[in-house]
Amino acid sequence: MTDLGAMYIGAGLAAIGVGLAALGVGNVFGSFLEGALRNPGAADGQQGRLFIGFAASELLGLIAFVVAILILFVVK
Amino acid sequence: MSAGKIDPMEQFMVEPVLGRHIELFGYDVSFTNSALFMVVVFVVLAVFMAGGLKRQLIPGRWQVMAENAVSFIDSMVTVNIGSGGKKFAPYIFSLFFFILFANLIGVLPLAILPGLHTFAVTSHITVTAILAFLSFAIVLVVGFAKHGFKFFSLFVPHGAPGWLMPVIIPVEFVSFMVRPFSLALRLFVAMTAGHILLEVFGSFVVQGINAGGALGPVVSVLSFIMIVGVSALELLVCAIQAYVFALLTSLYLHDAVHLH
Repeated sequence: MTDLGAMYIGAGLAAIGVGLAALGVGNVFGSFLEGALRNPGAADGQQGRLFIGFAASELLGLIAFVVAILILFVVK
Repeated sequence: MSAGKIDPMEQFMVEPVLGRHIELFGYDVSFTNSALFMVVVFVVLAVFMAGGLKRQLIPGRWQVMAENAVSFIDSMVTVNIGSGGKKFAPYIFSLFFFILFANLIGVLPLAILPGLHTFAVTSHITVTAILAFLSFAIVLVVGFAKHGFKFFSLFVPHGAPGWLMPVIIPVEFVSFMVRPFSLALRLFVAMTAGHILLEVFGSFVVQGINAGGALGPVVSVLSFIMIVGVSALELLVCAIQAYVFALLTSLYLHDAVHLH
């Protein structure tokens, strides 16, 4: 396997982490929606925490994306 | 990249607007497209607020928009920072609306008029890092000015048992120091990834038209529909990322002001 081929495979593997982060973000929003449908009056008060949870899980997915970009464009 | 290949990274190039570089003491201080669009963001924001700063008792539409903007930030600051939070409202307002307008102007499809490509100011880690480190610096200054060396008690959470301290304190310290990097990275990667995605689908449209044949136009049309969908998602992501940046800055300020 050539070095360039190994780099591309590595970047593809790093991009799998972004898909896993999608599961995490969906989990956060899904749990919020489930709770909000049971108790709609309390939903608006917790919207801030929803976005905090979204930011945390999204950040880890974006870190996986940055690893893929690093492998593709920064590694010589 | 071979000739004819469309490079998705080319849209992020920072180039001088006047065609040549201006050097000052060995530093490149030319007026770049990044600086131009920061000025555009500032002008748009200034026009928006100046148009809304009337004092009619029964407000017109523009005044209602400006008042809603201010009260949105006001409620975010008072809910998240608590007492003593109102003095940070101007900074959080500037931060939120600069990032929001910069994100939105970067997504505008003005390139229908040839040559008028908008530049996403926040798609560079340099810009977002400055904003994140500014927020972090304000947190540190406020924390040390208000609490002195007791600010370090931030790393010792309430009610944790004593034997756990050697584990918890380094972990808390690292997660505190990572905050500005995470703020910068989140905004930068969200914007960059969105723009790369739009450019890749745009390149599919062009290559589908060039390929011709039976499947070329089908690929173009499907990619165009995807561009419309992704642009709608990008508008949502622009707003959410601006809100998350301002919300997390408010939360870090809450930690600094209240030490919990």
